[in-house]
Amino acid sequence: MDYFVELFFSGLTRGSIYALIALGYTMVYGIIGLINFAHGEIYMIGAFTALIVSTVLSIMGFPLPAIIILTALAAAIWASAYGYTVEKLAYRPLRNAPRLSPLISAIGMSMFLQNYVLLAQTPDFLPFPALIPDFAFMERFAGVIGSSDLVILITTTVIMILLTLLIKFTRTGKAMRATAQDRTMAMLVGINVDHVISVTFILGSALAAIGGMLIASHIGQINFYIGFIAGIKAFTAAVLGGIGSIPGAVLGSFILGLTESFATGYVSSDYEDVFAFSLLVLILIFRPSGLLGKATIEKV
Amino acid sequence: MKPLLEVKGLSMDFGGIRALDHLDLRVNQGEIVALIGPNGAGKTTFFNCLTGLYRPTAGELLLTPPGGRTKRLGGLKPNLVTRQGLARTFQNIRLFPNMTVLENVMIGRHCRTRAKVLGAIFRDRRTRKEEKEIVAASLSILKELGLSDVINEFAKNLPYGAQRRLEIARALATDPLILLLDEPAAGMNPQETRELDELICRIRDKGLSILLIEHDMKLVMSLSDHIFVMDYGRKIAEGTPDEIRTDPAVIKAYLGEDMDDA
Repeated sequence: MDYFVELFFSGLTRGSIYALIALGYTMVYGIIGLINFAHGEIYMIGAFTALIVSTVLSIMGFPLPAIIILTALAAAIWASAYGYTVEKLAYRPLRNAPRLSPLISAIGMSMFLQNYVLLAQTPDFLPFPALIPDFAFMERFAGVIGSSDLVILITTTVIMILLTLLIKFTRTGKAMRATAQDRTMAMLVGINVDHVISVTFILGSALAAIGGMLIASHIGQINFYIGFIAGIKAFTAAVLGGIGSIPGAVLGSFILGLTESFATGYVSSDYEDVFAFSLLVLILIFRPSGLLGKATIEKV
Repeated sequence: MKPLLEVKGLSMDFGGIRALDHLDLRVNQGEIVALIGPNGAGKTTFFNCLTGLYRPTAGELLLTPPGGRTKRLGGLKPNLVTRQGLARTFQNIRLFPNMTVLENVMIGRHCRTRAKVLGAIFRDRRTRKEEKEIVAASLSILKELGLSDVINEFAKNLPYGAQRRLEIARALATDPLILLLDEPAAGMNPQETRELDELICRIRDKGLSILLIEHDMKLVMSLSDHIFVMDYGRKIAEGTPDEIRTDPAVIKAYLGEDMDDA
């Protein structure tokens, strides 16, 4: 039973990270109908930024809580700058082009960013310091759920609640929903749509960067390629839940995380991806627009 | 006095097709002006040029607010045109279907306020105050249009006539100088059309000017101060309702050339 519970929590942790990335995919898709393939790379850049900043801060002798908060902020801001720039350079000029063009541009951006980090940093795996200490009160749960799992779960939950509030109740959220539902009309009621799209990329990138930092600290190593597989998985999760839908992305991420965790635990870690993608195929056969996607998706 | 809106020599080409051909038009402060013409005459294209959705091939669009300086609208993005004081509705209703009635109107109001993203996230005092004013203004507009009872419904769940009124409410929320209505009476029954007639007069009496595309001739003739008639992208006539009724070019465009022989 303990084993089951352990797998369950490790699945939730995975799911949380997928959710942080999947939200970026689904928000961007909801607003401009683009699959932003460079989004995984933004997550990877978030992790690298976190590594650099946390190393510098710990050399400078900052206390651990300060390191964690400053690192998260720095990673979120720096990755947002990348997300903003990628949209501006690679997608905005193609806003009115056929749908395939920005998609190709996105794949190009993804490869460019991977190779840029490979050249600018290193092709090797880098060790990532465990930022989250082992809390004393978590000792009695040892073997079931670790301190960093707990932190990841709580952080993700808080972020998702904040995001939901932002979208539901603030004017920026309203502008995002309006843009998703009818971009032309949004312009005609005075919304600066370019601005809304930039904000969407910035939000999505910041979430991905936090995810990158948390998982890097959890796993303990990073390289330039981590964004690719994480991006594909999160994209899968977003499609599973119904791309364009925010609750869908979260649900899909947890389902995917749990499936992988149980498949790894009870079958073999070699089959992790097999189960994940078989699940995707099955769901798409029976619900082509994803679990929470309707025929007309409620975007964002 | 300069007209509120002055259009000079407006042309719009799509490839080799000239959809608008040297169009001239004026709207004076406080007037209801109608734009009529057969289907495909270019009326909606004209609205799209005016509101910045299309970039006109040639011509000038000048807006002179009462007591203000003349501004060129040509080449401005739609959201900036809206800021200058043009608001429109669509022939086929374009509400934000999955937002509530109140939200639909509030979003129109946002372009008149100053709070930015950070304000929206951190909700400082000024943003909260502005937000309160937006809600109050939106509610009063909704009340005026008889939509007070449905403010929390999703726009897509409203009956047709109410959706039309909501579209006008949203346009009014942007606090325009000129309201552009694209076939507001389309699909309405006679009772609803009469109510629309009254509504448009009430809006005019508040000091707004109205530019109206409409096929319902009874409505056009009873409402308009001035009528422009278009056909094949050109202006073929203009004048008061009485002048238009008897204009040979208009009769020809609407009824065809050889009606006498038929």
